[in-house]
Formats: sequence, structure tokens, C-alpha cells
Amino acid sequence: MNDLDLLILVAMTLTALWTVMGRSLLRAALGLALTSAILSIMIYRMTAPLAAAFELSVCSGLISVIFITTISLTQPLTMSEVYEHARRRISRFWPLPLILVFTIIIVIMSEIKITLPLPTPAVENDVRQVLWYLRPQDIIGQLAILLAGAYGVVILFREQKKK
Amino acid sequence: MIFLAALLLFIIGLYCVIATFNLMRLLIGLELMIKAVTLLIIYVGYLNGHLALAQAMIITLIVIEVVVMVVAVGVVLGLHRYHNSLNTKYIKMLKG
Repeated sequence: MNDLDLLILVAMTLTALWTVMGRSLLRAALGLALTSAILSIMIYRMTAPLAAAFELSVCSGLISVIFITTISLTQPLTMSEVYEHARRRISRFWPLPLILVFTIIIVIMSEIKITLPLPTPAVENDVRQVLWYLRPQDIIGQLAILLAGAYGVVILFREQKKK
Repeated sequence: MIFLAALLLFIIGLYCVIATFNLMRLLIGLELMIKAVTLLIIYVGYLNGHLALAQAMIITLIVIEVVVMVVAVGVVLGLHRYHNSLNTKYIKMLKG
């Protein structure tokens, strides 16, 4: 791991913190997209380009669009409600940076060494080979979950329309 | 260091889920926890040489994540339509 990786990890953690601590819901959605984009850079640097492309396009793109659309469909707060809400949020979220700092101190002081078994490197090389031949049940599961999700959304909106 | 970053990301997401009363922020916290798991899976695959397998798992994870988020957002919109609010306290008023 070099300095650039360290910088990316620090940026990702700070962006995630900003996502959670920020006042605006829209900025939180944008912060999540930014966190996801930085994570995809990290994944790309670990020589996993396909996963990085999926993370960037789906998590940073599609899910952000879904979140922003949902936020725009919900009713905005009045200014007085926003200030009251922000005041209460600060009182609830101020321990989070302290918890993070304590976690960093504990992990660094305890010098946890995680030893992983290291088998022969590059047991399988191609993701497509793995998906189609080694784990075909995953594809069936993905298809089933996609169909179940589509069915769930159809049911949700049909009931709303009926009522 | 990547383990520490994933741990911090998971703690941030978990704290968000625990401390917030807003349904959208709850989903955002859940997303952050999934990001931590994604980072860990890829890192373990990178360490032990099963990177292609890790990528296949990440693709499956992302597909499941998207479906869960779409359905959850549909539920959030439905709740907002009834209660005109995103506050989690209103979920206590559901039947059943």
C-alpha cells in the first residue's frame, strides 16, 4: 500500500462521515455517490476493473438517481423545521467522530495482525468463467432476485393506485 | 489499513442506522455498511489470489443491493404517502 491508497482511504472515510453528519438529505445522497465513486477507484487499484465498473455505474449512478428522485418526491421541511431538525441531529451525531477516533487508536495500539491463508495466486483468472462455470447458481439467484424486486415494486405501486 | 477503513465505514453506517429517525438516512447508512463489506470482499480476494471469484461475488452483491434499495424506496414512498413524513416513529402505527 502506498501513499495514494492511503489518501484514497482517508478521503473515502471523510466522505462517508460527511454523508452521515451533513444537514441536507440531498447532500447526503450526493455524499453517498461520492463515497461509492472513491470506493470504485480503490477497487480498480486492487486490479478488479469489472467490480469497479459495476460499483461506479450502479452504486454511484443508479442508486444515487433513485435516492435523489425519492427525496424530490417527498415533502420538503419548512425553514424552522430544518433548523430544529439540524439542532437535534447535532446532539445525536456528535459522538460519531469521537467513536471513530477511539476505534483508530484502539486498532493502532492493539497492533492487530490478521494473517490470511495464501493459496496459489490467481486460481481463476476470468470473472466470466467464474460466473458461468464455477458459480452458475449465483446467476440464477440474481435473476430470481431481480424478478422478485420487479414484482415487489409492481405490487407496491398497484396497491397505492388502488387506494 | 484497508481493514481499518472498512471497519470505520461500517461503524459510520451502523451509527447512522441506529441514531437517525429518517427513513432515507437509514437506507444511506445501510448502503455505507454494504460498501464496507464490498471493500472487505475485494481486499480478501486480492490478498489470497481469488480476485475473479471476489469480483463475481461483488457483482451478485451489487445486484441484490440494487433490488433491496428499489423495494425499500418503494416502501418509503408508500409510507410517506400515508403519513406525510419520513420519520421512523410512524412505523410503530402500522397494523399487525
